Amino acid sequence: MSLSVHIKKDFGGFLLSVDLEHESGIMGLLGASGCGKSLTLKSIAGIVTPDEGRIVLNGRVLFDSEQHMNLSPQVRNVGYLFQNYALFPNMTVEKNILCGLNREKDRNIRREKLENVLEMMELTSLRRSLPHQLSGGQQQRAALARILVSGPELLLLDEPFSALDSYLRDSLQIQVKELLENYGKDVLLVSHSRDEIYHLCSRMALIDSGKVFGTGGTKEIFADPGTRAGAVLTGCKNIVRARKSGEYEVEVPEWGICLKTGKPVGDHVCAIGIRAHYFNSRARENVFPVVYADRMEEPFETTILFRYAGQEKDSTPVWWRIPKDRMPDKMPEQLGIAPQNVLLLYPEDNR
Amino acid sequence: MDWYPLINSLRIAAISCVMVFFAGIFAAYYVARLPRAIKGILDVFLTLPMVLPPTVCGYFLLLIFGLKRPLGMLLSQWGIQFAMTWYGGILTSAVVAFPLMYRTARGAFESFDVTLAYAGQTLGLSNTYIFWNIRMPACRQGILAGTVLAFARALGEYGATSMLIGYIPGKTATISTTVYQLWRTNDEAGALFWVLVNMAISTVVLLIVNMLECRNGKAGAS
Repeated sequence: MSLSVHIKKDFGGFLLSVDLEHESGIMGLLGASGCGKSLTLKSIAGIVTPDEGRIVLNGRVLFDSEQHMNLSPQVRNVGYLFQNYALFPNMTVEKNILCGLNREKDRNIRREKLENVLEMMELTSLRRSLPHQLSGGQQQRAALARILVSGPELLLLDEPFSALDSYLRDSLQIQVKELLENYGKDVLLVSHSRDEIYHLCSRMALIDSGKVFGTGGTKEIFADPGTRAGAVLTGCKNIVRARKSGEYEVEVPEWGICLKTGKPVGDHVCAIGIRAHYFNSRARENVFPVVYADRMEEPFETTILFRYAGQEKDSTPVWWRIPKDRMPDKMPEQLGIAPQNVLLLYPEDNR
Repeated sequence: MDWYPLINSLRIAAISCVMVFFAGIFAAYYVARLPRAIKGILDVFLTLPMVLPPTVCGYFLLLIFGLKRPLGMLLSQWGIQFAMTWYGGILTSAVVAFPLMYRTARGAFESFDVTLAYAGQTLGLSNTYIFWNIRMPACRQGILAGTVLAFARALGEYGATSMLIGYIPGKTATISTTVYQLWRTNDEAGALFWVLVNMAISTVVLLIVNMLECRNGKAGAS
């Protein structure tokens, strides 16, 4: 089980340049909207033709510009779950699923597979419904059923949960995760949602402006994104220029402080990132006086904006997020950060 | 009572409508996928018959298919003669009605959610199947509207038809040329009769379309 993608395509002003290796399991591709996530999936599925490069799935060449190989989407055997699910609006759920069984010539096997998938996806009672009569979650199940019966070697999920209401999203993520794990096929999921990627994917890559970088284990990448773009994509709220000032120390000019780090600092360090949750009023290290600036309340969390005492008045404030039940009665006079929570960020070509 | 103009008009309109249906859809499908520059030029060319006076279309058709023109002479060797025959009316009606079908179908195709076609391809469905079973039903409203417009235009075609096939009672007479001929010869009652016949046909066609749309709306796709 393996997927190898090395492709380039020039869209006139936007260059898609993807290098991706996927061994097995569920892999995530995290990127902001318009960064080329969907184009990557479309290239793998054969809907978009890259200018050059090579795509190999389980040893089978799907695309190779040098050998002039370009298999049609019909024979690539790659399932694609579209963001809007793309159920055929004029066909019932059952007919939609039968479209996924068009390669199966034996009528009895076709019927059997249909019944199985209807039952597995809890769609039996909806088999005669038209797509627009289904809820978002039901549409997602029907679209997944249609793809799964076609038995693809690789499953591409394009923002699978973005069309759903947020309260449905979490429970469906658990269901889909279970389904995909039981199904045991390779999955490539793209999303702009950190939570989705973190929940569902054991491995991930980051994508920004058409370029894939930072492939690795999901937990490792969130713990140490390594680049500025990676820190932004993984949701780091505080990113600020920094330079090396000691083997385990960086200087942050904008904040007027020096921070101890958990990891040795490389020569090329250009910035640091500190996640908004990681400030602590009881920390013992990297403790500096702070000045309250503003606050934003959410149902269960509060975001407090503050500046360091040495920071200029009109500079960007620092974000500190804290669950409401742990919120101290009054703004602490100083805050600290554990050294291992100072993320060291390097230029992209110099990790 | 001579019903020939009615029969002639209906068969001309029906046959040209079928021709225009397929020609318009395929032109729309392929033109919609062309690069922008070529699309612009082809679009002007294919839409011209709609904005030109029908007599100008008739003039061009006479230039091509006239009895003393090369193509007209060539075709007459096989006994095909578009000038002054009833089936010449099919040609004129089709040319004039084509842009209506082409433009409405193109509009429908361009608003088609192309991810449906992609989804079909990744599921292994052939492009032909996707076209007839997914794209066409999704564009049904626009295509139906285009067909009706084309049929109505073909039925009412006068200018190009009178240029190419003239008015021969019992041979090339259509409802519209008959109305003009009877009016010209001071047979007001006759002219009014054919006017009413024409209105009746148009009304029935539009009613049928409305009924079809209602039914589709209930059964069908959002």
